[in-house]
Amino acid sequence: MAALIDGSQASLSNEEILRYSRHLIMPEVTLDGQKKLKAARVLCVGTGGLGSPLALYLAAAGVGTLGLVDYDVVDYTNLQRQVLHYTSDVGRLKIDSAIDKLTAINPFVEIKRFDTYLDSQNVIDIFRDFDIVSDGTDNFATRYLVNDACVLSGKPNVYASIFRFEGQASIFATEAGPCYRCLYPEPPPPGLVPSCAEGGVLGVLPGLLGVIQATEVIKLILGAGEPLIGRLVLVDALGMRFRELHVRKNPECPVCGANPTVTQLIDYNQFCGIRGDESETATTAKIPEIQPEELKRRLDAQEDIFVLDVREPHEYQIVNIKGHLIPLGDLPTRIHELDSSREIVVHCKSGARSAKAVDFLRSSGFKHATNLIGGILAWADRIDTTLPKY
Amino acid sequence: MSIKLLIPTPLRPYAGKQSVIEVNAQTVGDALNILVMKHPDLRKHLFSEDGKLRSFVNVYLNDEDIRYLSKDATPVKETDTITIVPSVAGGR
Repeated sequence: MAALIDGSQASLSNEEILRYSRHLIMPEVTLDGQKKLKAARVLCVGTGGLGSPLALYLAAAGVGTLGLVDYDVVDYTNLQRQVLHYTSDVGRLKIDSAIDKLTAINPFVEIKRFDTYLDSQNVIDIFRDFDIVSDGTDNFATRYLVNDACVLSGKPNVYASIFRFEGQASIFATEAGPCYRCLYPEPPPPGLVPSCAEGGVLGVLPGLLGVIQATEVIKLILGAGEPLIGRLVLVDALGMRFRELHVRKNPECPVCGANPTVTQLIDYNQFCGIRGDESETATTAKIPEIQPEELKRRLDAQEDIFVLDVREPHEYQIVNIKGHLIPLGDLPTRIHELDSSREIVVHCKSGARSAKAVDFLRSSGFKHATNLIGGILAWADRIDTTLPKY
Repeated sequence: MSIKLLIPTPLRPYAGKQSVIEVNAQTVGDALNILVMKHPDLRKHLFSEDGKLRSFVNVYLNDEDIRYLSKDATPVKETDTITIVPSVAGGR
């Protein structure tokens, strides 16, 4: 592979030489390699679970210019894994919190701040001044956007994604290698694949995968070793197994193939959402709903209402409003526990699973089933603020 | 013959919470059909309505994508492992 970075113009101060001495004495890095790191410009898309370890290690390693893209604000549920952000940062912009930590670790790094949501309009401008892009985002629309923009602008995309105990990592969009669309030509419809917010994620997992990304970024800069191109590493933290699969460049890939059909950026929200949105509105449109205030008033008035909780037992254990627990997946086999003549208010965490449950119950002859809008989170916000949220 | 199918975390709720399922099959297509017959809830996650493998799910025989082998007709042998690799987007 031709050298990606030319470090010949970079120079290191005595302070920097001391700081990077453990690199400089390694034959795979040396002074030349450290100068390449200093000359390199790496864009981290996202400063969350993956972006935290990625940016921390790139800054510590002496990558000269680090770009950060994030528009989000630190919240309490981030702190279990997003190690760039501290308890005292809750409520601050992640990008400001990140810049503080990265500058404290290595004041020699120049940081470029992009406090914005990456989209088709701004992505090419943002990518322009970087050599490598590393994708640590959390949704399909941005992942396809980053991939296509990397292919179109000729920049490698050092990729990872995570779910619960499992992660995937690879390098996409190099000249000879495959891109993300070679692996996955199309995104799943919304709702079919749960996000970390819905499915949970082991706190250390983004640490493992983000550090793999940082390793691959540094190798690309140095031109050392075997880059993770054309290979997908699967990490199973529960079994502590690492597997490797071949990813081939698809000659018919719509973006990086011989005859591409995608030659400019598209509307990625539409690309990732249109089918799912249609089916989603089709089912939720006819589902009767109740506001938490209305349920509270009617329960206080001793009306005969049966509250059904369709979350999982471990969620019930965190917080509950004494509803009858039948997880959504068990509803078909445990439906006999319910009385179709009674009014049933169904709730889950935020309202999506309970909407499916109401839809199922109504189609099974339960004419008096309604969905609690906003789930137990809305109840904790608006009715009983002593309840914990998760 | 009996071969192993590895079920990824996001699909385990539809496969009786199992991470490995053994089936008797001659081809990858057979194995997947037996899998969705045993676990019907998996069907919509693996196949579109016209019965094609969904484009956000990849099936590997050992470390090769079946799209670059003989797809469904790829023969399997006793020591083989089929891995289902769905796209996941999580990162925050």
